[in-house]
Amino acid sequence: MTALPQSTGKKLGLVIDLDICVGCHACVVVCKEWNTSGYGAPLADSDPYGSEPSGAWLNRVHTFEVQPDVGPASIVHFPKSCLHCETAPCVTVCPTGASYKRSEDGIVLVDEDMCIGCGLCAWACPYGAREMDPAEKVMKKCTLCVDRIYNENIPEIDREPACVKTCPANARHFGDFADPDSDVSVMVKERGGIDLMPEQGTKPVNKYLMPRPKTNPLMEVDETFSLADMARENTTGATGLLGWIDRALDRLG
Amino acid sequence: MHPAISVIFFTVMSGAGFGFMAMLGLGASVPDGPMSAFLISGVAGVLAVAGLLASTFHLGHPERALKAFSQWRTSWLSREGVLAVSTLMLFAIYVLIWMATGDRIIVLGLFVALGAAATVFATAMIYAQLKTVPQWNMQQTPLCYLLFAAVSGVLLAASFAPDGTIFGMPGAMLAMMELLMAWAAKVMWWQQAKKATLAASGSTVETATGLGSIGKTRLLERPHTGENYLTKEMIHKIGRKHATKLRLIAMILGCIIPVLICLVVLLLAISNIWLLAAFGFLMAGLFAERWLFFAEAEHSVSLYY
Repeated sequence: MTALPQSTGKKLGLVIDLDICVGCHACVVVCKEWNTSGYGAPLADSDPYGSEPSGAWLNRVHTFEVQPDVGPASIVHFPKSCLHCETAPCVTVCPTGASYKRSEDGIVLVDEDMCIGCGLCAWACPYGAREMDPAEKVMKKCTLCVDRIYNENIPEIDREPACVKTCPANARHFGDFADPDSDVSVMVKERGGIDLMPEQGTKPVNKYLMPRPKTNPLMEVDETFSLADMARENTTGATGLLGWIDRALDRLG
Repeated sequence: MHPAISVIFFTVMSGAGFGFMAMLGLGASVPDGPMSAFLISGVAGVLAVAGLLASTFHLGHPERALKAFSQWRTSWLSREGVLAVSTLMLFAIYVLIWMATGDRIIVLGLFVALGAAATVFATAMIYAQLKTVPQWNMQQTPLCYLLFAAVSGVLLAASFAPDGTIFGMPGAMLAMMELLMAWAAKVMWWQQAKKATLAASGSTVETATGLGSIGKTRLLERPHTGENYLTKEMIHKIGRKHATKLRLIAMILGCIIPVLICLVVLLLAISNIWLLAAFGFLMAGLFAERWLFFAEAEHSVSLYY
């Protein structure tokens, strides 16, 4: 049923720390790997070795440049996957009931056997979280690794989304936002986690932590700094025998 | 947005079919006899059904299309399907009684007209409901769809009317007035759509990334080197590049030429069957108009690319 649940018991989702993400795309690759080999249809590519490779991915890392009013610009790597919105517009537009939001934990899923591949849910999502599978012609999206987090056949330590598990920098965190004392809730409270495009009224569950302020954003740019000088060997302060050799060789010109 | 031919065909053709169905339901006159009732009603039915069938061509799994009738409580796309099929069934009953007895049951006809209008409204709402596309997310969007469906129906009704009148008015005159009204609404829509940008709706790359709290943000590198479903489906630039030219083409084909044909029919008092030519031109103009409707529209996902 494509009506949204009045409320969900848990609110499972991710915190993504833009201060920490180094843009390595490991989460992107492991997401593809897990989701192409697990439940449902494989996550297909089209023309993977040809001139126009393309394919369905459920998680992608964009890279932005931010220019503050004062100080140098900085680069921010920006991972983006489904935000499992509380008022998910992709769910209510679905004509068949294939798209649904689970009342127990708030995860937004697609029942691939019900999907007619009309694409309207992808149009309704402001974030570009849904992609049509080029081979199977059904809508694919992040499942929050629903087949890992409740999977009793894998060790308990692995029962978190593949992207969170694999992130080498620990920029991604998984937890229950309905619990005010959960790690993710505390993190969002302390760092002032934000919603993407709040004006769209989607109430995303996933939160983003902004890069921390630079320690010295107003650092003056040293105009006398030169790479050529830096490349030259600097022996100032050399003492003893080596210092004597240095000075003697210098005198030879 | 990517202008899929099947969806353009669907919105234009089913609009015309349901528009004509509404005119027949309201009692537009046609030549006497069960055969003419069958053939002329068939035109309305075939247009509507052809449009609906075309819409299934852009589905990944058309064989599951029946499932789309289930979610009418929340989904405009589902409502459109339910309304279209119910209206077609009502119309079939109306036409069968008409052919069998020669009577056109007024109440049934009114329900057909109401159902047809509701179907076209639901078609428009599939697009108008999307907050992600501010140009579509306007009250004027369903108005334009309804007026274009009505004018398509009036032109067909005027072409087939035995004495050239609809509801006692000269058909060509009514069609001309409707044409001017519909295109005036469309010109107003274009004016509004120009202002309904993503930025005006409050969405920028800064709100999309949250990085606005730090400073001015721009994309440095895409997540991948090639295109993907999102860039192909939702980030379409050709339409915006040629928008002015296409608008002119739509207006000439869909408005100026049909109005001139109506004038010729009125002034020279020639057979109103010539209005079918005006209908043909209107369809061509509406294809251009609908192509632009999709191609020009900006989706919020473009802020990430």
